[in-house]
Amino acid sequence: MSVLSLRGIEKSFNGNSILKGVSLDAAPGEFIALVGPSGCGKSTLLRILAGLETADSGTITMGDQDLTRLQAAARNVAMVFQSYALYPHLTAAQNIAVPLVMRRLSRAQRLPLVGPLMPGQRQIIADIKRDVRDMAASLKIDHLLDRKPGQMSGGQRQRVALGRAMVRRPAVFLMDEPLSNLDANLRVHARGEIVDLHRRAGVPTVYVTHDQAEALSMADRVAVMIGGSLLQIAPPSVIYDDPRHVEVAKFIGQPRINLLASQVEEDGTVAFGQARVRLADRGLAAGRSVTLGLRPEFVSIDRDGENGLPARVERIEFLGSEIIVYSRMEMSGDTMIAKLTPAQGAGLFAGMTVRVGASAKHLFVFAADGERLSAAPLVKTEAREVAYG
Amino acid sequence: MADVTAMPSPVLAPHAARTKTANHEAHAAWLLSLPAIVLCFVFIILPVVAVITLGFTNFELGYAGFQFVGFENYAELLSDRTFRQSLGNTLLYAAIVTPISIFMALGLAMLIEAEGIGRSFFRTAYFLPVASLLVAMATVWQYLFHPSIGPINAMLAQIGIAGPNWLGASSSVLYSLAIIGIWQSVGFNLVLFLAGLTAIPRDLYAAAQVDGASSAWDRFRLVTWPMLGPTTLFVTTISVISSVKVFETVKTLTEGGPNKASEVLLFTIYQEGFVYLRVGYASAMTVVFLAILVVLMVVQYRIQDRQVHYT
Repeated sequence: MSVLSLRGIEKSFNGNSILKGVSLDAAPGEFIALVGPSGCGKSTLLRILAGLETADSGTITMGDQDLTRLQAAARNVAMVFQSYALYPHLTAAQNIAVPLVMRRLSRAQRLPLVGPLMPGQRQIIADIKRDVRDMAASLKIDHLLDRKPGQMSGGQRQRVALGRAMVRRPAVFLMDEPLSNLDANLRVHARGEIVDLHRRAGVPTVYVTHDQAEALSMADRVAVMIGGSLLQIAPPSVIYDDPRHVEVAKFIGQPRINLLASQVEEDGTVAFGQARVRLADRGLAAGRSVTLGLRPEFVSIDRDGENGLPARVERIEFLGSEIIVYSRMEMSGDTMIAKLTPAQGAGLFAGMTVRVGASAKHLFVFAADGERLSAAPLVKTEAREVAYG
Repeated sequence: MADVTAMPSPVLAPHAARTKTANHEAHAAWLLSLPAIVLCFVFIILPVVAVITLGFTNFELGYAGFQFVGFENYAELLSDRTFRQSLGNTLLYAAIVTPISIFMALGLAMLIEAEGIGRSFFRTAYFLPVASLLVAMATVWQYLFHPSIGPINAMLAQIGIAGPNWLGASSSVLYSLAIIGIWQSVGFNLVLFLAGLTAIPRDLYAAAQVDGASSAWDRFRLVTWPMLGPTTLFVTTISVISSVKVFETVKTLTEGGPNKASEVLLFTIYQEGFVYLRVGYASAMTVVFLAILVVLMVVQYRIQDRQVHYT
């Protein structure tokens, strides 16, 4: 069962197609990270979800309610903005109270002088104040309630923005890069807090970010958006280990996946050095160009021996627990990135000639249009048969 | 430079060196600010002091010498019917022109801001009266307001209303001048408001919408009005000053008439000082005029400043 469902959302601005038929379903309590490079349309999709933009076509439903034509104020969604968008003239307490004041008080009850004379207004305001205090206590920002945004740090503002979004218990939570204005240390800390809050509130959340590490570490499912289309929606480990598209493989993972141009051989296999995979689709003509993908942590570097292809080490980055080795393949001229443990990398130096290899089970094959081709690794004997047969 | 910032030292030599450097810097500072100090003194402080001093004399242009007469000029002001009338007229004029030109400009600015295509056209159109010479445009207004050949009354006649003698009747002259004043200052205020509106982060409107501010009025109350606070304070200040200083239209169109119904402060001062050449008396009026402006500004900033700056 899905609580939130997007169907075929399309949007274009001035003839530029920004969203090309996006569909997405969120399960109750699910945390979905919408990740992609800047300009891929992820923020536009979020704004459409919030009701701040209208889609050219497609539908949005929440439970059994059609939201497509509903304006933002009428949807039961809350949003945290990248800039936090706190009202600078209001204190933290007043900021958090705004969504409650707007919803619980009638227009007449909100009037500056007449409002307090309206029946029931006093009781509603007392309730709002209590809810704001409870919210602040659960976010540990009680001591900030009388401050204005200008007197708070980035992290404090971010909490107030979270409080303002959560206080009215929305049906869906939208977050637009809420951590990107924080410094690196605080960001990692805040990740954990947001995941925690999400777990406690149990509200389905759509979280937009351009940071793949944030997406992988926080989300139940990651939706990778490139060029206005959702290329893959899957749990983080699947996104990483089993990318369905070359752009997904390229965008997810740090350092970036190695991509090498290759060709389908006569027998329907594709090879990197001694590693060889057989394509499931035998219809692919020999000579068709494909792209091989190989994650840096599965690249092996041998100082000598015959396994792998010759390459020259260009640069070595020491990162403490791991070592990143950049080497240039002698035959193709491609740069190959390898992630090694310090023990594996001991003794390597720039300018050294090495052999770069991989095992067949870690090779991804992508067609020219970027789609992943299913391929099975050939075991050694079979490979030899093929090679010499 | 280390010894300049160092704590006082028991050793005499560095101390002497420090005073020397400090003296040197002080000299340079005075030298560099001297032009500004001289200009400020000659062109601002001296004239103000001169006006205040002259206000206590019976100096009249053309007569040799003058005596100090204490507060005699001010005493005369109190019983001067023309002055009282012009003070009242000025306040009424400002009370009409200031709020209308501010709120009209704000409304127009929001309309123009919401409109994508014609923005620069409307901005230019509304700014034209500011850029044009009021004295020259006054002749146009004289024609527009003319009771028999003016197009305004002609149009009113079309719908069966007998238009007033706009500039010729003492009951309507001040309001007619106020219309011209509004026409002239709306454009300027509008450009300031447009700048203020552009500076409001779009995210705040989005947040307001998500927070449940469903109507345009709610968003105006929650975002636009508070965020425009500093602009409104500035626009109010400028508008009050410029409407209290109304002069060109009065001088060119009505000469304070009919029957002193459009006599305003600056015009009265002009009459006393440059027509009757009673410089001492005119100076006393000028001092009152300045005092009114200063009090208005102080009161306004006391009330508003704390409310509009949020950081």
